[in-house]
Amino acid sequence: MSDSASAMPEHPPVTDWVHDFDHTDPRWTENPFPIWDELRAASPVVHTERFLGCYMPTTFEAVKQIAHDTEHFSSRRVIVRDVRPPITSSAPPITSDPPEHKPAKQLLLPPFTPDAMKKLEPRVRAICNELIDEFIAEGKCDAAARYTKHIPVRTIAHMLGIPEEDSHLFIKWIHEILELGIKDDAALVGAVQEMTAYFAEHIAARRQRPTDDLISSLINARGKDGQPLDDAHVLGSLRLLLIAGIDTTWSAIGASLWHLARTPADRERLVKEPQLMPTAIEELLRVYSPVTMAREVMKETTIAGCPVKPGNMVLLSFPAANRDPAAFPDADKIVLDRKSNPHAAFGLGIHRCVGSNLARMEMTVALQEWLKRIPDFRLDPAGKVTWSEGTVRGPRQLPIRFEKAT
Amino acid sequence: MSGKLRVHVDPDKCQGHARCKSLAPELFDLDEYGNAHEHGDGVVPAGLEDKAWLAKANCPEIAIDVIEE
Repeated sequence: MSDSASAMPEHPPVTDWVHDFDHTDPRWTENPFPIWDELRAASPVVHTERFLGCYMPTTFEAVKQIAHDTEHFSSRRVIVRDVRPPITSSAPPITSDPPEHKPAKQLLLPPFTPDAMKKLEPRVRAICNELIDEFIAEGKCDAAARYTKHIPVRTIAHMLGIPEEDSHLFIKWIHEILELGIKDDAALVGAVQEMTAYFAEHIAARRQRPTDDLISSLINARGKDGQPLDDAHVLGSLRLLLIAGIDTTWSAIGASLWHLARTPADRERLVKEPQLMPTAIEELLRVYSPVTMAREVMKETTIAGCPVKPGNMVLLSFPAANRDPAAFPDADKIVLDRKSNPHAAFGLGIHRCVGSNLARMEMTVALQEWLKRIPDFRLDPAGKVTWSEGTVRGPRQLPIRFEKAT
Repeated sequence: MSGKLRVHVDPDKCQGHARCKSLAPELFDLDEYGNAHEHGDGVVPAGLEDKAWLAKANCPEIAIDVIEE
């Protein structure tokens, strides 16, 4: 592996999706849904030679089977990239396999229960209103840049006990890791180093003077052997919380506002029937699931009749699973009061998102506060909506117009 | 006798999505890790039958059984 790994060449455009798919192709980024339909119609598992070899399960069943199979599929790499350098840093528990996974995850779960989220809710409501105050008099805004982006990052900073003003740093690192890092190893490595140095300082400060926040509770946690976690574990888990907790929910809130901006019937219904919010949130999560994960094939096996061989990655697309018509009737239709909706937006199996209760709370509060103050809004025809590339999909520019208010 | 219902969460399947707790808080409790189990003996009080079926239908891990007794 070259140690001067800089930006890799751009990928050639895809001409044969079924045998040569590429989740970084601009057409996938813009509108992946017809591509997933084409892949699903071809096979429950497709393969590409790109990314040094990668499979993609296309049905809900195949995604579920892989997510539940930790014997043949490892989580040690959770992003499908152009390069596969030796593993030097981990982010437990997302990059852990059994038997290490369970104790690492149990350390993180208690601060993220629904009850814990209720205590955090007033701060999130306040953050949303502070943000709306800044643009509501203008009658328009880029909702991705001025609203949805800031809610998760400030909330997670609040939970971790780090300054909310450092949010811009976290957003930069996440962009370098999750987007640039697919093709540019140096960007990823640099971001991980900066992040590690940043958190190492905060850990050192808390060892001197303990605080009442998530960093301190990780420092004070005891592993299975009764010993404190080593710094590498604490740093890895902090990296995970920051990376996983920010642009994911940013994307989910943004995609929800994007849908409501261009679908007046759903927007009006949600304003008139606020009691629909819980099922609406689940439906928006299903239809615009932001997060695609990855696995590495460790042992040869068969998925939905298709042979799967080691040496390949797996693009584990929960978003595509959630659009499978065999699992969800009218899968492409958005039904705000859908009764049966066992979607996989937060994953399936042991790696269910630690922050799912946090994400749901943030989405709910962000939409409630927006709809209270800006019930009538639409996409700004003068602007352009753009979507993030790769692992997490959501609007990165979301120009919106509304009646000026105070 | 028309059936009395009982709910049961399979602890080996539950991954803590907490959909059941959100849809039917009367029938399910969460532990300190956010994993679900049935409230008490799992017997569904009259009038909450629909919620029991709803919880089952929305569990992504298919961890909930609704037993007709």
